[in-house]
Amino acid sequence: MSGFSMPSFSGPCRVLKFDADKCVGCNLCVDACPLDVMIPNPEPGLEPIVVFAEECWFCGGCVQECPHGAITLIFPAKQRISTIFKRKDTGEEFRIGQKKPMPPNIVPPSGE
Amino acid sequence: MNWHEYVNATGKVPAWPYEINYGREHVIKTDVLIIGGGVAGIRAAISAKQHGATVAVADRGAAKYSGAGGAGVDHWHGAVLNPCSKITPRQYSDVAMYCDDGYCNGSMRYIVGKEGWDTLLELEKWGMQIRDVKDEFVGSIFRDDETKLMFAYDVDNKHCLRVWGNNIKRVAFAEAKRLGIDIYDRICIFSLLTEGGVQGARVCGALGVHDRTGEFYIFRCKAAVVATGGGSRIGGLAPELNAASAMGDLNLTGIGHTIGWKAGAQLVMMEQAGTYGGGFGYTPYSMGNSDNTYQGAPTVDYNGKPIAFATRYGKLLDDYRDVFRTSNPDTFVLGHGIGVSFLKPGSANDYEATHLDPKIGEKVRSGEFKMPLYNDFTDLSDLDRRAIYNLMLAHEGKCRVPIFETWNEAGFDPARDLLQCVITTPDTLYARPGWVGINAGPNNWFSPGSGGYLTDWRLQSTIPGLFVAGGRPIFGGGCHGESHTTGRYSGRQAAAFARANDFAEANPEQIKKEKDAAYTPVNNKGDIGWKELNYAIARVMADYCGHVKTEEVLNLGLKRLADMRESEGERTFVNNPHELARMVEDYSFFDLGQCYIEAAKARKASSNILRFTRIDYPEVDPEEWHKLIPLSLKDGEVVAGSLDCWFYKKGPYSEDLESNYVKYAELD
Repeated sequence: MSGFSMPSFSGPCRVLKFDADKCVGCNLCVDACPLDVMIPNPEPGLEPIVVFAEECWFCGGCVQECPHGAITLIFPAKQRISTIFKRKDTGEEFRIGQKKPMPPNIVPPSGE
Repeated sequence: MNWHEYVNATGKVPAWPYEINYGREHVIKTDVLIIGGGVAGIRAAISAKQHGATVAVADRGAAKYSGAGGAGVDHWHGAVLNPCSKITPRQYSDVAMYCDDGYCNGSMRYIVGKEGWDTLLELEKWGMQIRDVKDEFVGSIFRDDETKLMFAYDVDNKHCLRVWGNNIKRVAFAEAKRLGIDIYDRICIFSLLTEGGVQGARVCGALGVHDRTGEFYIFRCKAAVVATGGGSRIGGLAPELNAASAMGDLNLTGIGHTIGWKAGAQLVMMEQAGTYGGGFGYTPYSMGNSDNTYQGAPTVDYNGKPIAFATRYGKLLDDYRDVFRTSNPDTFVLGHGIGVSFLKPGSANDYEATHLDPKIGEKVRSGEFKMPLYNDFTDLSDLDRRAIYNLMLAHEGKCRVPIFETWNEAGFDPARDLLQCVITTPDTLYARPGWVGINAGPNNWFSPGSGGYLTDWRLQSTIPGLFVAGGRPIFGGGCHGESHTTGRYSGRQAAAFARANDFAEANPEQIKKEKDAAYTPVNNKGDIGWKELNYAIARVMADYCGHVKTEEVLNLGLKRLADMRESEGERTFVNNPHELARMVEDYSFFDLGQCYIEAAKARKASSNILRFTRIDYPEVDPEEWHKLIPLSLKDGEVVAGSLDCWFYKKGPYSEDLESNYVKYAELD
């Protein structure tokens, strides 16, 4: 086995997740990000590289900009364990990122 | 993919993807330069262009989404002239001043009252929804059936509107593009140019570096609008740690304040501390609470026992509709997210929104209620629940993707599920600003308040031709709606100034000196990165300008900043233009920190209203110090003045706010 010597980030490494089947490497997200946290992949057509993950402020602009629905915003673990939902009738607790996720409950925003 | 993944997969570190040309000069000449491309800056640009000026916008980020308002908004303050409102601009301005006991900006609030509704109507024209056009809320207590407007906070006085503003920045941006406005993204403006390089003289341009190329931008202009953000990064910088606050990303460095300070503008209230501090925070709006966007969200305890809402005088409410009414029938609810602190002792409660039972802390201690508490939307009517969840929470800034869509995906169903609140000491459960997402931080964490440029009835700073827009750079400024409205107003003013004045000449020596300083880290091959320097400056601010303020400590703070500027500040390095721009921002903190500390030195009294404690001057809000202290640099020396908080209706101005407005507003 071999590996690389790399520094550890002081915050989350994964703030965005790209769906490789949907991402076409158009880099619209790269140019939309107000913090400029991504760079285009040197290989054209592939997903961008998040270089400055710890500068992301989780606004979701990149997600909204993506015409292919290829990007998911990932809450840091610290936040995933803070926002707790509790089903009223059963008392069952659940959260974002748990091992066995609840089924989604997709409701539209008002106006859309 | 993550950087780590790329390196592991390819065995290579990715090359910087943009051509780097440190210092290569671009000169851009425009009638009006807008510094900052957030909602205020974009509105200023549109307005200046509509009034005949050529316009360039220099934005630190990318203007389609950038700025504190870039990710949306859910309610609009200051629409007091909407057809349903029972509030007048005069009442609105007077009450904002009253609730802050004068430490606000009465002329700006009046302007917002006069033009806030028109400013919102333009957004509707450009494609943002401001009414319940799809009749989703027919029968709601918040709705006016004739206009289809939806109200927040106060269903009787109807001056604050719920809006569908997730796309607010994009529609304003599209309008700016449609008008052909030149927008320069990724430019970190770090210096203002004044005529001859003289502090306090007329503005004639600005300097910046490009975040991707490292190139150097010289903007020349006849008038400028500063429309930048707050200075929270001087107090700490890790978004995960402080949740970036609801309203502040790492681009919000207060550099718009700093460039004015260095150029000799008068700033006021820079001694005011922020409300929430920093600390180990949550993602904004991610925890249960009952304020702001969540206003009226019912709360239950661990066992599901409901906690009542109460008026600001402690009367428990039975009728849900009363949660959206004033606590005192002679007043109206000013609301949250308006940049007013309600710190006037006692009677400012008259204008505050309702909240949970004020005895909740006591009742938790006695065992009557058990923590943690939860928001429980399940017993609300479908209309009321959707008014909070599908309307407000789905459209408020930084909520659509990080909250609404993420929670949908995780299975959260507000009709079935509870949302846990922050677990905290019982005493802070009442009136806790839970929506902000900031937990209690270290006591001494430094965070700036509402200090900013002293502005007149034109929203002009004391530097001729330099106008100000937005909730942060205008002293006592507001939040989202105020930023649009003041942007629109300042852009019009700047265009008028540019019509009446030609270009002035900058001092080439100043440009050279500033340029050399900015590129120091490129050339000096040091070993201190931008984060290390940022944290060190934050340490100084916390230690020497935190809660423990005395003359000696403040003076030592100035000394520490000066010391670091010439030692660590000279030992910096950057790996690429992105880091250079961050480092240039760090450098600006030496000046911004000086400004904050000098402002703290100038006020020799403590003040509740300003959240300001001088241990060596413990008397709180004595009458002789109930004033603004304009602070500026003149020939490099700090000059502190004295100004009546109600200056905007005294001296050269009329007591009648309307006549001041008509005289100065540059109405078409």
